[in-house]
Amino acid sequence: MKKIVTGNKAVAEAVRVAKPDIVAAYPITPQTEIVETIADYVANGQLASQYIAVESEHSAMAACIGAGIAGGRTFTATSSQGLLYMHEMTNWAAGARLPIVMANVNRSLAPGWNLWAEHTDALQERDTGWLQVYVSTVQEAYDTILMAFRIAEHNDVLLPLMVNLDGFTLSHIMQPLDTVEPGDFIPPIHLPETIDPKNPRGYGTIAGPADYFRFRWEIERSMRDAVRVIEETQAVFSQRFGRSYGLTEEYRCSDADVVVIALGTLGKEAEVAVDILREEGINAGSLRLRWFRPFPELDLAGKDVVVIDRDYSFGFGGVLAHSIRSKNMVNVFSVIAGLGGQEVTYDDIAGFIRNRRIGEEYWFGVNGHV
Amino acid sequence: MAIITEIPTEEYILKCTSACAGCGDSLTLRYVLKAAGPDSVLVMPAGCTAAFQGIYPKTAYAVPVVNIAFGAAAACASGISSLFQATGRKTRVIVYAGDGGTLDIGLQAMSGAFERRTDFLYICYDNEAYGNTGMQRSGATPLGARTTTTPVGKTEMKKDIDAIIAAHNPPYQATASASYPQDLFRKVKKALTFHGPTFIHVLSPCPPGWRYSSENTVEVGRLAVKSGMWALWEREYGKLAISAPTKTAMKKPVPLEDYLSLQGRFKGIDEKTVELLKEQIAENFHSLATREEAL
Repeated sequence: MKKIVTGNKAVAEAVRVAKPDIVAAYPITPQTEIVETIADYVANGQLASQYIAVESEHSAMAACIGAGIAGGRTFTATSSQGLLYMHEMTNWAAGARLPIVMANVNRSLAPGWNLWAEHTDALQERDTGWLQVYVSTVQEAYDTILMAFRIAEHNDVLLPLMVNLDGFTLSHIMQPLDTVEPGDFIPPIHLPETIDPKNPRGYGTIAGPADYFRFRWEIERSMRDAVRVIEETQAVFSQRFGRSYGLTEEYRCSDADVVVIALGTLGKEAEVAVDILREEGINAGSLRLRWFRPFPELDLAGKDVVVIDRDYSFGFGGVLAHSIRSKNMVNVFSVIAGLGGQEVTYDDIAGFIRNRRIGEEYWFGVNGHV
Repeated sequence: MAIITEIPTEEYILKCTSACAGCGDSLTLRYVLKAAGPDSVLVMPAGCTAAFQGIYPKTAYAVPVVNIAFGAAAACASGISSLFQATGRKTRVIVYAGDGGTLDIGLQAMSGAFERRTDFLYICYDNEAYGNTGMQRSGATPLGARTTTTPVGKTEMKKDIDAIIAAHNPPYQATASASYPQDLFRKVKKALTFHGPTFIHVLSPCPPGWRYSSENTVEVGRLAVKSGMWALWEREYGKLAISAPTKTAMKKPVPLEDYLSLQGRFKGIDEKTVELLKEQIAENFHSLATREEAL
């Protein structure tokens, strides 16, 4: 069925058909519309979940953890400060091997108060053991939430999964949405070793130096296995519902001399920039990274690489640029653009590519700084 | 005595925990679990009880135990309780948290869970300091007590967590003591008959923290009640009932000095501080008597 909805509504709509047992959430701009919509679904009987209106994001994640250990499917949504506030519990969720699905509407971090898009919130979570995917359209947000439950709950993964969408530039814009009936695409949840008083176990008990590292390795092994599960799930989704997704989305890359890499809506905007440059005779391509954890293998041999970071690691550089450099042993032109909702147009992106200086870092809009 | 034979002989704390000799907390947990029975799950934040549960792959407890971060016990229990409710499971959800995990870092999550009418029992075992990290002051440390972060004695009064809980109007709340196991057992049993959030605050003496000889745990706990430093009562739908040992203490308390002098943590406490503690006891007795009579 075709609808015209916001990114937030699309997420809520996907959650409705994925039927989590428990939704525990706390409001924060620009995510609030997701949990408001879900609360509505629960109140009017469209979704038979328990909605726990917790008093903080820390408690939202803790409640999802409790429900997960008890065997339930769980969902929450947050942004920015809220994600940081639950950081202790995001680590716990991964360590406890719970397939919690969370929508994170990317927003900058205070101070100063700024409600607009930036990826530093989610990227500060990159080492927690969560799978991370970044989407760029309303349809992709919907489809990815559906796939998220199947991937996270897969027996070879059993890790939490964060679906990221840009604050306002995706959360609040309206686009057409084609909804689906997922049916058995999302099988019933069956978590191993849930709470059973007849077979009492300790969950998260003390793990000493002889054991702890094994649990860490198990997380990493599942993160590696997740690549296959993601690819399988995306293939099944494509067969069933006709829309195809990869670990990355490539646009005119195969014959490109220069490739621009970005996350989220900027990655989509870059496709327009590529078309402009092609008109000028510049063989540009766009590679939008969908999955950030697990981090995909990329083939960038023989190409100039421009990376746009809507984030920053102070005293070091752009997080995405660093990841591309170190994983692929390539030098890049690192552009820092779009922080706190700074406007970045496709013309701007075309300019970054046209005027690239490989090996340098460029802060868009900062006079004289390269 | 009939009431003693009511207490089951089953043990849910297995042998060989790493609790200290004379641990009041493990004594408390022993009776909590006897009262709750095997169809229960404990939610446990960081604390002594989490520390002596055993090391993976073993556990010292014969019920499922969900460990969770220090400030998150009540919220985690909310998730478990909601899922059980959704799936029709009757398993009892019991938070078992220390005073730090309740009065300090766990306060917000606990308040939220009580306000949301979470169906669970919250037990606070109170040893009046951060015991697991080596006795630092908590909001529950009484005036005058020395801890490693109040080396000359705490200068503030103990936080009145029971009044904070009462403000959430739970159907049932009580205080108890590890030294009065029948009373504790009965209160846990009773709490578990209510739907909604219930709370029991249990004074659990701590030999290394309070610096007394480990064979004196029961005696120290009894002196706390007899002197009035700890009062036993229960509150059902807002109706207060003072428990028998505290009624006796209200008629004729033992000298506070008898309680203080057994413990190294009060060594060197000055007279003025002792007087302040006595005033607080008198006020508390007066307040309890007034509230009970008012009903």
